[in-house]
Amino acid sequence: MTVASTAPTTDSAESLPTRDRSAAETRQDNLFRWVLFGAATLVLVVLGAAALSMLWGGRLAFQTFGWHFIVSDEWDPVGHHFGAFVPIYGTLASSAIAMVIAVPVSFGIALFLTEIAPGWLQAPIAAAIELLAGIPSIIYGMWGLFSFVPFMADHVLPWINDHFGPLPWIGVLFRGPPLGIGMLTAGIVLGIMVIPFISSVMRDVFRTVPAALKESAYALGSTTWEVVWKVVLPYTRSAVVGGIFLGLGRALGETMAVTFVLGNAHQLSASLLAPGNSIAATIANEFTEADSDIYLSSLIALGFLLFVVTLIVLAIARLMLSNLARREGR
Amino acid sequence: MMQSPRRLMIRRRASNLVSKLLGTAATLFGLSWLVWILIVTLLNGARALSPRIFTEITPPPGSDGGLANALIGSTLMSVLGVLIGAPLGIAAGTYLAEFAERRPVWRETIRFVNDILLSAPSIVLGLFVYTIYVRQVGHFSGIAGGVALGLIVLPVVVRTTDETLRLVPNMMREAALSLGIPRWKVTVQVLYRAALPGILTGVLLGLARITGETAPLLFTALNNQFWSKNLDGPTASVPVVIFQFAMSPYDAWHSLAWAGAFVVTMVVLVLSVGARAYLLKNRMDSNA
Repeated sequence: MTVASTAPTTDSAESLPTRDRSAAETRQDNLFRWVLFGAATLVLVVLGAAALSMLWGGRLAFQTFGWHFIVSDEWDPVGHHFGAFVPIYGTLASSAIAMVIAVPVSFGIALFLTEIAPGWLQAPIAAAIELLAGIPSIIYGMWGLFSFVPFMADHVLPWINDHFGPLPWIGVLFRGPPLGIGMLTAGIVLGIMVIPFISSVMRDVFRTVPAALKESAYALGSTTWEVVWKVVLPYTRSAVVGGIFLGLGRALGETMAVTFVLGNAHQLSASLLAPGNSIAATIANEFTEADSDIYLSSLIALGFLLFVVTLIVLAIARLMLSNLARREGR
Repeated sequence: MMQSPRRLMIRRRASNLVSKLLGTAATLFGLSWLVWILIVTLLNGARALSPRIFTEITPPPGSDGGLANALIGSTLMSVLGVLIGAPLGIAAGTYLAEFAERRPVWRETIRFVNDILLSAPSIVLGLFVYTIYVRQVGHFSGIAGGVALGLIVLPVVVRTTDETLRLVPNMMREAALSLGIPRWKVTVQVLYRAALPGILTGVLLGLARITGETAPLLFTALNNQFWSKNLDGPTASVPVVIFQFAMSPYDAWHSLAWAGAFVVTMVVLVLSVGARAYLLKNRMDSNA
């Protein structure tokens, strides 16, 4: 809409200057519009260029190792052979642990903030939970290394080893020396880090449920829990899943905190108590040590894999969230 | 199936009570981590804090020093990041909110991509800047670090600008346009003024986000044990120094890392709490 630029009086006494001015303003308007258009397009370009440049940077590794890059667990900088199964497994496993912790806790927090807490308490508690999202990753890492790891090693992991270790089947996950550093610790730290993201989405979508729906359920004699479980949750299902995927996307790409507490070990271990590695932590730890082209290329290829996986997860999250927004007519 | 109404009632009440207790417990669980992390960081940091942090440069292993070069490096790169990310973000957000009505598909695509960029792993953006800039130039530099940080600020500012401008009442646009003012002047002189608190909040939140960013700086600015002569060479930053020092076996370095963590945490808290308080105050003022 070029509404602004047409000046109204062309046959007045000032017709010539007005037309000049109007033409100049049209030019300025068009220039302005194109500059803004360029800036907006840049957002798209950054995402595309990031993916392409990493594919390009990692092409040597992909060409050399092919599928073995993903399925081989041999990461040997000296022998110039790189298989990324251990970091890929570490990323997936630590994120899975994070989600097991973060999803129920976030649901509980959203439940508390929308149904349980008195009005005056809601805003401050929501702000405090959001503050968890503001704390930089590196601070989580330091706290994790110096406070949480010793706590896990002294109090939690021995107990887990004693009580879950002897169990059949799943016992192997929980057996191991209580070093403190390892997959379980990293998963818990990740879980804490994504709780604010998931819980704030859940809280926001719970609030979009029409009061008439909830009041109808209450009028039929439902308890608070029945309203949340049978009315609120089904109504917001897709957005809740979207929020969970948003948290998952965060957990997959989280770097510094994981780097501190995961242990940087390129060994595959069934135990969650053992040190491991993740894609992001491998890149952060080894990038400046990469002394050969194939080493560097392998690390960039890892970055490409991480980027593609998080993009897919985040895209699913946004699609599920936008479904709700559309139904709400927002 | 058939239960006596009384037992059913007791069961329903019990599950209701249990759910409320669990919800409260989950909230306390979440808050306890916040308290634990803040107490550990602030106590250890306060113990390690001294004026030398701000006057001396990072020491070699085994001796004392400060964080002055890292603080300056962080400040310069953050400023560069905001200088790159904020204008581009404001321009892109303005396009989405004001100038894209003829291309709705394009607009929604960019919004979608921007939302993804907002949560994309920052380490990947660092790798991106490494491949397109550091590798081409041939050396690590503070400029590359600033560019990487700018890419993190960008989506935050795009989003807040877009959202804030959409909140400006249409009446304001119509009133200005009916005076025959060209659209770019309406945008710059009328709409930006109305949306300034929101846009500024976005910039502050972007700044808060890059204050503690570490991963993208590892491959762009690297680190520097000494003063950087200019930004076109490896540049120290507080988060990267924290990473290096915390992972080291030296107590003096640990202590400096805590001091750095204290400074970073305080800056982030002040920025994010301040930005939200500022926005809240302005909303209240305009409602009153």
